Amino acid sequence: MENLLTRVLGFPFRFFIKAIFEIQSYTLLASRAIANLFSKPIYWREIILQMDRIGVGSLTIVVLTGFFTGAVLAIQSEGALRRYGAVSMTGQLVALTLIRELGPVLSALMLAGRIGSGIASELGSMVVSEQINAMRSLGTDPTRRLVTPRMIAMVIMLPMLTIICDTVGMIGGWIIASYKLLISSSQYWSDAFNAMQFSDLVGTLSKPLVFGFIISMTGCYVGLRTHGGTEGVGRSTTQAVVSSSILIITADFFLNNLLIYLSPMMNP
Amino acid sequence: MIEFRGVYKQFDDEVVLKDVSFRINPGETKIILGESGSGKSTILKLILGLIRPDSGEILIEGRDISGMTERQLVEIRCGIGMVFQEGALFDSLSVRENVGYRLTEEGQLSESEIEAEVLQQLGFVGLEEAIDKMPAELSGGMKRRVGIARALVGTPKIVLYDEPTAGLDPITKRTIVELMIKLRDTEGVTSIFVTHDLHAASIIATEYVVADKDGHIAFQQGGESLCLLNNNFIMLQNGSICFEGSYQEMMNSEVPYIRTFTS
Repeated sequence: MENLLTRVLGFPFRFFIKAIFEIQSYTLLASRAIANLFSKPIYWREIILQMDRIGVGSLTIVVLTGFFTGAVLAIQSEGALRRYGAVSMTGQLVALTLIRELGPVLSALMLAGRIGSGIASELGSMVVSEQINAMRSLGTDPTRRLVTPRMIAMVIMLPMLTIICDTVGMIGGWIIASYKLLISSSQYWSDAFNAMQFSDLVGTLSKPLVFGFIISMTGCYVGLRTHGGTEGVGRSTTQAVVSSSILIITADFFLNNLLIYLSPMMNP
Repeated sequence: MIEFRGVYKQFDDEVVLKDVSFRINPGETKIILGESGSGKSTILKLILGLIRPDSGEILIEGRDISGMTERQLVEIRCGIGMVFQEGALFDSLSVRENVGYRLTEEGQLSESEIEAEVLQQLGFVGLEEAIDKMPAELSGGMKRRVGIARALVGTPKIVLYDEPTAGLDPITKRTIVELMIKLRDTEGVTSIFVTHDLHAASIIATEYVVADKDGHIAFQQGGESLCLLNNNFIMLQNGSICFEGSYQEMMNSEVPYIRTFTS
C-alpha cells in the first residue's frame, strides 16, 4: 500500500512521511530526556560541567551582542523619535525592544550557533567513533548521560544569559543616550523602568526557557542521528544551527501571540 | 552460550543478514570472516542488543534477547565485554576513568576497589603506566589495548572483538592477538572475533598459551590443545553464512569465495 502511494504521489508523500517520522523521533527523545528527571541516576557532575560550558563560556558573546544591540537601538531610534520630538523616550524604546524581543531572541540565536553546533558535533563525533555504542554496551543510557544534563543546563543558563544580555543592552543604550543624544541618566533609566510591565518580565524569562529546550534538544537529536563519518559530523553541525534558528524564530512568533493574549491577565 | 536462529536484518532497502543461524558453546572462540559490508559487525551489535533483528531469535545464556527492553538488556550486557574497532574510548575521560567506567556507573564498589580492578586489567594488557593519560595521548595500538582492558572489567563470560587488529602495524597486531589468546586460554572466556585479517585469525587458531611453574607464559604452535579444538570459523558472504568449520577445513576449501581469503 505504502509503495503504491509512494509511486503515485512521489516526492511530496515521501517528504511528508519522513517529516512525520522525524517529529516522532524528536518527540520521543525529548520525552525520554524529561522522564529521566524523575528517576535515578541523575548526572549532577555532568550538569554542572555543562552549565559552566554554556553559561560562563557564552558570557562574552552574550555581553557583546547585548551591548552593541542596545547601542545601535539608541542610535537608530534617534532619527524616528526626533521627528515626533520624543528623543527623551529613547530609554523606553531600548528597554521594551530588548526585553520583549531582541534580548531573548538574539541570546538564543547566539547560543544556537555556539552551543547547539557544539552539542551536535560532540555527540556526532561520539556516534561515528562508536562511543555511543560503547556507552550502551557498558550499561549506560546515552539519553540519561548526555541529553538530559545538556537540556537542564541550557534551560537554566539561557534565561540567566538573557537577563545579562538585556541589562548590558540597556547600559549600551544609556551610554549612547547620555553622550550622543544628551539625555540625562535619570530620565533614561526612569523612562526605561516605568515602561516595563509584569508581562514583559514574564516574557523575557519564559521565552529563553523554551528556546533553551529547543537548542539543546535539536543539537542532541541531530548529533545522535549522525551518520557518514566526519563529513556527517559537519552536516549535523550545520543542520543543528539552521534547525534551531528556524525553530527559535517560529516559537517566538507563537510565544509572542500567547503573551499578548495573556498580558491583560498578568498586568494589574 | 550464544545462539542465532534464522536471524534477518535489513537497513533501509539493504538486507544485511539473511537467515543466519549458528551456535557458540561456552569457552568456544568463533572467528567470523568476510568482506567489508558482509554483516560481520552487525552480528556483534545484535548480540549486545544495540540493534534488533527484523526476525529470528538471538539467545544469550538461553534467554531470547530479541524482544527485551533496554533495561533488561543492561543486565545481559553486564556479562559481555566488547572491544570496538578503534577502541571507542571516551575522549573526555582518562584511561583510569575509561577502564573503570562500568564499575563507576554501577556504583557498588568503593573508589579504592575500582582503582584496584582498573590496575589489574591495565596490568593484563601491559599499560599500567598509561593510567593517567587521556585517549588523545595514546597510539592506535594502546587505544585497542585499553579497549580490551575496559571490556574485561567485571570479568565477563563473553568477549566480542570487532576487528581489533585493523589498521595496526604487524608488531602491535601481534601484541593484540597474543592478548586475545591469553584471555582465551587463561580465563576461558567465550569469544567472537570479527575480522577480515586472515593472518591474525590464523594465529588465534594455531597458537596457544602455556604457563610454567613461576607463572611465566609462552606461546606454542599447533598440536591438539583443547583451546585450539574449540576454535571455529564462520565465513559470511552477502549476509549469509557460506562456510562454518575448523581452520583446516577452511584452508582446504576449494570454494572460490573462500579461496579469495585463504590463497
